[in-house]
Amino acid sequence: MLVETAFKSGVWTDTIEVKDFVAQNITPYFGTHEFLQPPTHRTIHLWNICKQALAEERQRNGLRAVDTEIVSSMTAFKAGYIDKEYEVIVGLQTDELLKRAMKPFGGFKLVQRALAEHGLKPSKTVTDYFEKYAKTHNDGVFDVYSDEIKKFRTFGIITGLPDNYARGRIIGDYRRVALYGISRLIEAKKQDLSSIVGPMTDEVIRLREEVASQIKALEEMIEMGELYGLDLSRPAENAKEAVQWTYMAYLAAVKEQDGAAMSLGSVSSFLDIYIERDLQLGIITESEAQEYIDQFVMKLRMVRHLRMESYNQIFAGDPTWVTESIGGMFIDGRTKVTKTSFRFLHTLYNLGPSPEPNITILWSKHLPQAFREYCAKVSIETSSIQYENDDVMRPSTECDDYGIACCVSLQELGKQIQFFGARTNLAKTLLLALNSGRCEYTGTQMVHEIPYIDSQYLDYDVVMKNFKTAMHEVARVYNEAMNVIHYMHDKYYYEKAQMALIDTNPKINIAYGIAGLSIVADSLSAIKYAKVKPIRNEDGLTVDFKIEGDFPKYGNDDDRVDSIACQVVQMFNEELKKLPVYKNATPTMSVLTITSNVMYGKKTGATPDGRAKGVAFAPGANPMHGRDTKGLIASLNSVAKIDYEHAKDGISNTVSMIPQSLGSTLEQRITNLVQLLDGYFSQHAQHLNVNVLDKQTLLDAMDYPELYPQLTIRVSGYAVNFVRLTREQQLEVITRSFHKHL
Amino acid sequence: MKTIRVHSIESFGTHDGPGIRMVVFLQGCNLQCIYCHNADTIPLQSGTDMTSDEIVSQAIRLKPYFGTHGGVTFSGGEPLLQAKQLIPLIEQLHVHNIHVAIDTNGTVKNVYSHNIMKQHADLVLFDIKAIDAEHFKSMTSNTLFEAHTEFIRIREQACKPYWIRYVVVPGYTDAPHHIEALCNFVQPLKYLEKLQLLPYHSHGKHKWELMNMQYTLHDVEAPCEAYMQKLSNILNKFCRVEIG
Repeated sequence: MLVETAFKSGVWTDTIEVKDFVAQNITPYFGTHEFLQPPTHRTIHLWNICKQALAEERQRNGLRAVDTEIVSSMTAFKAGYIDKEYEVIVGLQTDELLKRAMKPFGGFKLVQRALAEHGLKPSKTVTDYFEKYAKTHNDGVFDVYSDEIKKFRTFGIITGLPDNYARGRIIGDYRRVALYGISRLIEAKKQDLSSIVGPMTDEVIRLREEVASQIKALEEMIEMGELYGLDLSRPAENAKEAVQWTYMAYLAAVKEQDGAAMSLGSVSSFLDIYIERDLQLGIITESEAQEYIDQFVMKLRMVRHLRMESYNQIFAGDPTWVTESIGGMFIDGRTKVTKTSFRFLHTLYNLGPSPEPNITILWSKHLPQAFREYCAKVSIETSSIQYENDDVMRPSTECDDYGIACCVSLQELGKQIQFFGARTNLAKTLLLALNSGRCEYTGTQMVHEIPYIDSQYLDYDVVMKNFKTAMHEVARVYNEAMNVIHYMHDKYYYEKAQMALIDTNPKINIAYGIAGLSIVADSLSAIKYAKVKPIRNEDGLTVDFKIEGDFPKYGNDDDRVDSIACQVVQMFNEELKKLPVYKNATPTMSVLTITSNVMYGKKTGATPDGRAKGVAFAPGANPMHGRDTKGLIASLNSVAKIDYEHAKDGISNTVSMIPQSLGSTLEQRITNLVQLLDGYFSQHAQHLNVNVLDKQTLLDAMDYPELYPQLTIRVSGYAVNFVRLTREQQLEVITRSFHKHL
Repeated sequence: MKTIRVHSIESFGTHDGPGIRMVVFLQGCNLQCIYCHNADTIPLQSGTDMTSDEIVSQAIRLKPYFGTHGGVTFSGGEPLLQAKQLIPLIEQLHVHNIHVAIDTNGTVKNVYSHNIMKQHADLVLFDIKAIDAEHFKSMTSNTLFEAHTEFIRIREQACKPYWIRYVVVPGYTDAPHHIEALCNFVQPLKYLEKLQLLPYHSHGKHKWELMNMQYTLHDVEAPCEAYMQKLSNILNKFCRVEIG
């Protein structure tokens, strides 16, 4: 097949521009889910093997197998299969299912520690190489970190930074391999390289080196395909190849990199173009089309990285964030929903619920109604998907070809990347403001120039003034750490395979983040509307608070406190925006915690809102557990007030409700969930995780995990297998507000 | 300004009328049904006084969630005990294009409550307690059965839609002759959109204890799904039935 003649031509024919190909050739679908087919016997056979392997992984403490000899790369391992003759889509990260690989360029000590936790160590050759000759990202960062940065890190003010693991978040435009074939991509990159010329400034040298590595990566990708007998140098010629080629491109990325979030982008409606064509030509049946998607998704579910136990504190449940964004609208008003949008969601029935791939619906009030209802049905029956507001993100970024990186972060596909920066602990920052810049636990001086507060009651204006100084200083140190991290990641662990599938010199945004928003808002509200008396120890450190009177709490649609939350987000974002960034990246900020809200809580003393020392924060932008007493909608309305323009890296909100709270019948529940999403998103909210579960199910799963291997629950921006959370995290999930009015 | 005595407000109601609704539970009831699950709404004295403006502005905050189906439901207690104050409030909600449902036991007989039935309420949810006077008395400690059925006639004459809600309390409201009478009762009704069969549950029991009131249904268990379906199948021949 000649691709140019098989499809409607356009800009994409002459330049690398997948977006145009999709826009020209898509077949939007407005019908219902009734066309969907069950899994084939081949899919069922393979999934049974996977389920067995997953059970073994759980039994072996989360590590089914690992290779301690080979350093992973695109071509380091020979071809791996689940059961070759049943596989229509092939490719594993290593030579065996659920066998993890060492990717030491992020940090060798971490690989050693991860293996040591299972009584293993890297081979002598690998150890010698990394201890004597090679330098890693982690080595580079700690060579350069100042004492101040290290102190902020140790005391838990800036935490979870990608300085001892790979940054991830970059989404390669994996569709390019299918549409163009790798030879054409190499040609284009070679042309780019030849146009990057002197004078040889730092910037030019760096860019030439990067593009040169990308070309090598593309060549290696062809070799990787050959291991599986696939000729990736040419474009995909049919639906099966399009799925296979796209998966191979993604596989190259996860063989080479172990970034925290290795997201997929938005491939379903791209693949639909090939599937639709083959269906029209009568080459394949619907059952085969579903089989390609089922087996592709099955492979995505089997992606693994080697992690240390402590990593679990910030990212619980061994997530990989294979985020696939589905739906949304074109700027021209057409929908991007296709039959393959449905086929992707249908894998949650054909293979059962699952946290990965992290299926994200780009919600719009203009999406076809049948699709909206199907999404709601899937949420109600699987709790496996999340929603993000296309009607806010599309106009704000003027972009209609984007994927979500990780949980809530928009990335224009093939044109933009992101520098991930975890988050700062804003609640602890507030405590610095109350303690003349000292850590509330140890008394260590963290920030200077904050006057000591010795008044009997806290005064709102004084606290706000100090808080602003504290934010200014924390932002400065945070920014310094980020610049170091991304400089070193580029230098020692450059994502050459992913970057090879992105335009040369893409737009970059740096993704800062905050944790503890609800604590800060409620604390400031308590200071403003009640009387808060600090209780100080003999060193003058505030160790607790006595609150006299009541105060409005974030999560009840009360402007008095919600406006404080909005103001705090804006203030910190503005502090960050003032600072210079590596590679001139654009600063953005998220309100997202992943699952680190538990760990942040531990590192933070008592707060003026009445929260005791060590108690977990609410996740993301969620109101604090149990304080949103006016019901689900009031809670949603509070979060919806946080302005996306001040937190363009995303505002995460997770809600859990029992099925009955949505109505008596499935039909009513679907209608009401669609309406709930419309109501929330029409007020410009950005993100919603939806869990429809009984609390009792979770309690049962804690006692009998073996009976609930696939029980999936949305946490902050992603989903996990509930049984793979630690007991502490499970309890935290259970304490969260379950909305259950009957 | 006239105030309304409110017990509580639920911002995400999905069981008291169509769609997502703000449910305003008004304080005070003239009946004392033996299976009441909101016993704390019965006394006339407690609750909080709210102005119409407060209630309307809350409803406006929730309006994005109402869509084409949802709106506000006044429940209780018995909302029509405050019928006079409700009329201007409903009119205010209508100015903002908000659908209003009244969840009533249909026993409060006066010109205001009748006017609400005839014209103001977009939808009425009639809680039918019993289908004969004697049974009514045993369920509600009250003798207002005639008013009960009179209300439905008023709504029929006004040609306006309504639902009937009937709580299935095993051993109390589900005898074959109860069900048969219910079938006969609903059969001629023209503007009845649906009959909701609500399975009895004991979630409200603790409220009776908190109120120092005697709860008599100690040994009654919630009817199972299959049983509810069986009753639904019988009634389905006479009107549209939904298990709530």
